[in-house]
Amino acid sequence: MKKRVVITGLGVVAPNGVGVSEFTKALKQGESGISFHQQLKDLNFSCQIGGIPKISEELKSKYFTDLQLRGFNSSGILYGCISGIDAWKDAGFEMNPDSELDYDTGLIFGTGTSGVEKFREAIYKLDDGQVRRLGSTVVLQTMASGVSAYLSGMLGLGNQVTTNSSACTTGTEALLMGFERIQNGKAKRMLVGSCSDHGPYVWGGFDAMRVMTYKHNDKPEQGSRPMSGTASGFAPGSGAGALVLESLESALERGAKIYAEVLGGEVNSGGQRQGGTLTAPNAEAVQRCIKGAIENSGVSSSEIDVINGHLTATSKDALEIENWTKALNKSGNNFPYINSTKSMVGHCLAAAGAIECVASIIQLKEQFVAPNINCDDLHPEIEAIVSKERIPTEKVNISFDVIAKASFGFGDVNACVLFKRYIA
Amino acid sequence: MTHQELIVKLKAIVSPYVQDEAAFANLNEDTDFVKDLKINSANLVDIILDIEDEFDIRLENEDMEKMLDVKSAMEIVNTKLNS
Repeated sequence: MKKRVVITGLGVVAPNGVGVSEFTKALKQGESGISFHQQLKDLNFSCQIGGIPKISEELKSKYFTDLQLRGFNSSGILYGCISGIDAWKDAGFEMNPDSELDYDTGLIFGTGTSGVEKFREAIYKLDDGQVRRLGSTVVLQTMASGVSAYLSGMLGLGNQVTTNSSACTTGTEALLMGFERIQNGKAKRMLVGSCSDHGPYVWGGFDAMRVMTYKHNDKPEQGSRPMSGTASGFAPGSGAGALVLESLESALERGAKIYAEVLGGEVNSGGQRQGGTLTAPNAEAVQRCIKGAIENSGVSSSEIDVINGHLTATSKDALEIENWTKALNKSGNNFPYINSTKSMVGHCLAAAGAIECVASIIQLKEQFVAPNINCDDLHPEIEAIVSKERIPTEKVNISFDVIAKASFGFGDVNACVLFKRYIA
Repeated sequence: MTHQELIVKLKAIVSPYVQDEAAFANLNEDTDFVKDLKINSANLVDIILDIEDEFDIRLENEDMEKMLDVKSAMEIVNTKLNS
């Protein structure tokens, strides 16, 4: 008998809100976290806007010691640790350097790349023949599992501690990996999430691919336009999201607050066949992933009330909507509500899945559908298959039970998870 | 530089890395960086770099291997300064 898994803690560091309460407020109000960055302009980027969470030095010092911050230059690890510690405390635990090692809790925290600015510093020194001057901090901040190494040590976690990486699917995949570990009785709790660095050295490659928008440098908050007829590429973001997953029995035993239940999910790959490429999805595989997630959750497609899509504001949005309509066998007025958190935070790349899973749980817990900002001019190809009112541009308060969250990534990889409202 | 001045400078350099404040308060020539001050051994390379910057000297790998306590650090720094 597989164990039921619930969510007992949330943490988030998003461009439009740091911490669950700020982020919730921003989601409800439709606040954009996208702004203009002079540095991108100075470096001749086509897209000069992006989403960067606001972290003060004072806030940093609440999470990191002075020694940890010495020579520290990895924004992804910074965001990951803040969100992870917040989620851990939200679940009712403490951060104490002398805490007893917890063999029942593990950590899967994903990222695309780690500490690119730190790596840049190191490369300048190396090329100058100064390898001996790097100091001790380069490896820990630039290894992919850096965020997991920092976080697990801060919290004293003794179950599996690892980092996954699957492009923009990373966070949602991390959640499903942690879910399965608890389901199978290998851990009581798993802290899961993902993070992404900000800045030109992460975003540059995407700018070069011309997949980021260059048409909104003067109106940054209008730049991220998923599903809009005038969408012209994504606005890059950054940050982290974290969730404490826990077996239902463990959560009940310690009287923990329960946000929602993870019903089930699916991950797969389109194998870069049937129209799938390194950068484009195999539509059949996407539909199969969504259908698999529904089947694994033991529900029917008609029970899905709300979808939090991947929906990045590129030309693939219409294809994603079409895939949902086919996978659910629903369209027009019959289609669930759907939104894209990216309209407010941009595309947070490796962090996107985790930040958006947190957004999905918040909407489920507080019973609202966040607005799709910048989507007053719905793309005609989307409007042809889904009614405009199912894609709200204002917050909608509804009573609902199930939300589906999907993430897709370069390499033709897919992940979909279903969350259900938990009523004690 | 007097003996006392050198200790004061070294004390300021190792301060950020110290994990045992009581041992640090009683720092003397026999204090061991790792055993007494509980400095993470990975941070010893950072201390070496900070010493290089402070005294404008260059420490070789052989120097680093010997520099495990306050006494050896003082000897090596003095040798470099006088050479």
